[in-house]
Amino acid sequence: MSKIEIRSPIPGTFFRKPSPDSPVFKEDGADVTDSDFIGLVEVMKTFHEVPAGVNGKSIKFLIEDSEPIMAGQVIAEVEA
Amino acid sequence: MNIQRILIANRGEIAVRIIRAAKALGLRTVQVYSEADKESLAVQMADETVSIGPPAATKSYLNIEAIMHAARTMRVDAVHPGYGFLSENADFADAVVAENMVFVGPDGDSIRLLGNKIAARQVADEAGVPTVPGSDGRVADLEAGRLVVAQTGYPVMIKAAAGGGGRGIRIATNSQEFERFFPQASAEAASAFGDGSLYIEKLIESARHVEVQILGDGENFVHCFERECSMQRRRQKVWEEAPAFGLSPEIQMALCDKAVALARQVKYKGAGTVEFLYDQKTNEFYFIEVNTRIQVEHTITEAITGIDLVQEMIRIAGGENLSIKQEDVQVNGHAIECRINAEDPAKNFMPWPGLVDSLETPIEDGVRFDTLLYSGYSIPPFYDSLLGKLIVWGNDRTDCLSRLRNALQNLKISGIPTTIPLHIALANDESVSSGTFDTKFLEKWLETKFMIADNQKKEIA
Repeated sequence: MSKIEIRSPIPGTFFRKPSPDSPVFKEDGADVTDSDFIGLVEVMKTFHEVPAGVNGKSIKFLIEDSEPIMAGQVIAEVEA
Repeated sequence: MNIQRILIANRGEIAVRIIRAAKALGLRTVQVYSEADKESLAVQMADETVSIGPPAATKSYLNIEAIMHAARTMRVDAVHPGYGFLSENADFADAVVAENMVFVGPDGDSIRLLGNKIAARQVADEAGVPTVPGSDGRVADLEAGRLVVAQTGYPVMIKAAAGGGGRGIRIATNSQEFERFFPQASAEAASAFGDGSLYIEKLIESARHVEVQILGDGENFVHCFERECSMQRRRQKVWEEAPAFGLSPEIQMALCDKAVALARQVKYKGAGTVEFLYDQKTNEFYFIEVNTRIQVEHTITEAITGIDLVQEMIRIAGGENLSIKQEDVQVNGHAIECRINAEDPAKNFMPWPGLVDSLETPIEDGVRFDTLLYSGYSIPPFYDSLLGKLIVWGNDRTDCLSRLRNALQNLKISGIPTTIPLHIALANDESVSSGTFDTKFLEKWLETKFMIADNQKKEIA
């Protein structure tokens, strides 16, 4: 089974939740569709939603909540 | 002056600006820094530096405990808060004073008073400063509403007391609309916010944002004339000018005198800004709020008056009397400030931190570039996107715009996108040159006239 990588379009701080008290956008192992949001990147005091951009199964996050992220860095992998 | 060692409790270009002013006064400068700012220009320039924690502002630049710990450890006798972060935090001002240090700004109680919108409006009323006409708080019912609009005239905004961010607002341009909208607004507010209370405020249709720089030592108060700050995107100022062109001398003097009256009313101590809305149709102006700190755009006031505002506020905090008398403050020429941000105007102003490969700054007369940048600096993603401010002075507004166009061509920042192309387009725009704009201008202009962005989009695609 092939894996597809989901990368951050921008640098900043990655968040798995829409707000500190909310549940995560996607649990590990969840299926995602193209337009599902999987996280937020905060850059220079603005927040940007990150769409999965692919349809896939069993998402696996490779970065923790509130961690710094580089543009192009892999956020998560899904099974095609 | 009773200050020898000053802690700069901020970062970025304003930290650089404060270090320069403090050194010119012969003070020893101590710069705080988060882990993300070790390589910053301010850290390189300061005499001493002190770490205050991780990159996140809440854990460093907004952390009162961490900053007070640094202030004690470094044995400073004063703290300059800059703008943003803790600069208008009354508890921080109190914490500094509680350690027998000097807070460079007004005292905690003044910050608290002026930071409260309703209290500040009352102070303005007491000082005879006009406020936006409207209801005094909540309006009980339609009958009470009719009495309010009889005073204000139309158009009015009917606002949900529990609303915010533009939600729950209706605009009535005549009494028929008012009679119809008031009950609707009340019902809507009740269902949306669980509170049907409304208040009424006169709508200023074509408003300019004009603000007056004030200085006070608690006993003496002066204004340093006004700034025009209508060029805004998402309520963020983008381009500022001083003086505010197109005001009659009577209006200009009235604005400045009212600002001084307000400063006197609260025995203001330090540098501050009194913000007004100016109605272009009626030539009336209305108080909005007081900012109890140095502002980003203080530079253009310095350019036209020759006063170093940051040095002046440090001197006042250090116990000196205001050295300037009102008659000493004269306007010379015109100045414009362009905020240069690490944002991509071609991609809806997406912020874009990263490595600055090279930096070239204009060297012409009358040009100043206040910045946090140097060649080879990597801009961290954790703070706001302001990279620097291009300030250009000219003999008059036409001369200033002409010098500005030149300066913008000679300001080159490579490696990251910046808002320089936006400013080039604005500096060449006819409405900007003729000075016919208000607070709504820029957002409309970006949608309809900002062709550079579209062209760049095509090139990238």
